[in-house]
Amino acid sequence: MSSRDLILGRVRRALGTPATPDTYDHAVDRGYLREHGHRTAAQTVDLLAENLADYRAIVHRCTGGELAGTLALLLDQRGTRSVVTPPGLPESWLSETDAVRVPDEVTNTPAGLDGVDSVVTACAVAIAETGTIVLDGSPDQGRRRITLIPDHHICVVRVPDQVVSSVPQALERLDPTRPLTWISGPSATSDIELDRVEGVHGPRTLEVVLVGGA
Amino acid sequence: MSGTFVGMPAFPKAAHEAVANTTLRANLKHATHTIRDKRAKAVAELDDWALLREAGKQIKDHTLRHLDTYLVQLEESVTAAGGTVHWAADADEANRIVTRLVQETGESEVVKVKSMATQEIGLNEALEEAGIAAYETDLAELIVQLGHDRPSHILVPAIHRNRGEIRDIFQKKMGSWGRPAPEGLTDTPAELAEAARLHLREKFLRAKVGISGANFMVAETGTLVVVESEGNGRMCLTLPQTLISVVGIEKIVPTWRDLEVFLQTLPRSSTAERMNPYTSTWTGTTDTDGPQTFHLVLLDNGRTDTLADDIGRQALRCIRCSACLNVCPVYERAGGHAYGSVYPGPIGAILSPQLRGTASDIDASLPYASSLCGACYEVCPVAIDIPEVLVHLRERVAQGGPATRQGNKVVLKPAKGHAAERAAMRAARWAFTHPAALTTGQRLASRTRRLHPRTLPGPGRAWSATRDLPAVPAEPFRDWWQRTHGGKETDK
Repeated sequence: MSSRDLILGRVRRALGTPATPDTYDHAVDRGYLREHGHRTAAQTVDLLAENLADYRAIVHRCTGGELAGTLALLLDQRGTRSVVTPPGLPESWLSETDAVRVPDEVTNTPAGLDGVDSVVTACAVAIAETGTIVLDGSPDQGRRRITLIPDHHICVVRVPDQVVSSVPQALERLDPTRPLTWISGPSATSDIELDRVEGVHGPRTLEVVLVGGA
Repeated sequence: MSGTFVGMPAFPKAAHEAVANTTLRANLKHATHTIRDKRAKAVAELDDWALLREAGKQIKDHTLRHLDTYLVQLEESVTAAGGTVHWAADADEANRIVTRLVQETGESEVVKVKSMATQEIGLNEALEEAGIAAYETDLAELIVQLGHDRPSHILVPAIHRNRGEIRDIFQKKMGSWGRPAPEGLTDTPAELAEAARLHLREKFLRAKVGISGANFMVAETGTLVVVESEGNGRMCLTLPQTLISVVGIEKIVPTWRDLEVFLQTLPRSSTAERMNPYTSTWTGTTDTDGPQTFHLVLLDNGRTDTLADDIGRQALRCIRCSACLNVCPVYERAGGHAYGSVYPGPIGAILSPQLRGTASDIDASLPYASSLCGACYEVCPVAIDIPEVLVHLRERVAQGGPATRQGNKVVLKPAKGHAAERAAMRAARWAFTHPAALTTGQRLASRTRRLHPRTLPGPGRAWSATRDLPAVPAEPFRDWWQRTHGGKETDK
């Protein structure tokens, strides 16, 4: 007998006579909240900024017209000489920086990416209640590795369109077939005396630019 | 479960030694109290916590009740997404499968994401025997691995180590595993984290095979979820060409939507955060992004035996948050090693004796490693009634009875060590069903109370060594009740 049949047989014996197939919709009481509190769109964006900052992400706000200048300034302040760019990142975003662009390509090795200073991406959705940005590998976000190996990540969030209040609302917007990365602040650990310390393997500096209006 | 802990003494002996270790007690007290207060605050932020907790319980209960259906559905969806599914009935089989899969890649080293399932089956030891080096990349697991130590906490396996001890381990051991610790390393947590970053980076960048567990598997989509903090998980899940995930069969949730409950309750319960720094989800393989080969090893190893027990099966709801450890007065004092299992604390006390059976001294003693205060149940985000299961397992140990082992129904014999307790209970039952004898006995006890010893003789000595015998009143309660009509007439 294969282990598959063995295990499935054990499960069926353990459960005894099969339970009447109760439909899953009725099995769970979904009376919990879809979001916590009532906020306007602007207040939701404010909450996102507050919670991002609470977990030590550095938050900036600007208009669409100011974005290229803001990104150039942030890269310059960091001393960035090279920056990874996903293939679908709008051309205009990096129009004002002198940093060398390293396109996200399948031929990039992890060791090669380790020598790049920064990465700039968009995001799929941002969650205000938890201070989370979610990447789904779309062309303006690129492969998962590019937001992992460089030590400095700048993520642009279009507000208020890309911002939801809560985890349930975020899951509704996301496609499970895409590889997702949920990011809440820079890499951290609680492994030394159960106290949160920033800066282990992921980018140790996370900057989030909330861009809204012309 | 693995042989890592074979030969462990029963809990009381191990705990007795642990409580004498003042460093250990100070480390644990500091860490558990820090996290306890923070958890309470994080939970209080959500008005609907009780509803989320109940929904989590219902999702898991439903899944367990239809586990065969969801396992088959998961297998189909993972396969459709480009993954390969393997089934392992026990630890040995899982280890054989993983070893073979690694050997087929031609590699002799792997990087690992922290995973309870691979700890449980002793995968690192099995790989080592096959000449494959398995590098733990979670900071606490690294501390445990470098220190040739055993894990003592579900979330933070090195919780028994303070920063000074961690610094010493890094200085002494990192060099023999790869990049040595930086010169002049101090014990500030930030510097220790930096040392781990530098030490592990070269391993991540050259890794060809990654091994992980998973926090959740979604049956309808075939999606796996890993919740982590440091980014070591992302490294292992993203950079290697081959990914092998070993996951217990109880980790399934039916739908994508179900994650909306657990991604709210898990981070708040485990690290007391609104959200953990990184969560990765993947569905099979994705062209040109991440591993191009994905294997899922579904692990039984005692889980179906646990499922066969109507009361005990609720332990399979566990999402490994470790809130019950942090709040437990016994864990705080005895530490994780005394539990003799990779699953310590209250959840370990009900999980280990079910996964492994109650044949060994340590497993037979675990259901007693609790004061039944109920704090674990209060904080559990999937409402596992741990005290209920503890009492149930105590009964199984003391009285024996039907159980399931390796899929077979067996009848367990009563444990030998409980003969005196059973004799006392039989005597009590006789006395309570013979009122005249009870009255005589109680009056006799009251009149002779000045002569009672303060400790019990013979086999009862161990019991009274840590307890005061109850003082016998001057007058039995029933006599007092009759004389005063239940206190309505004042005492004369």
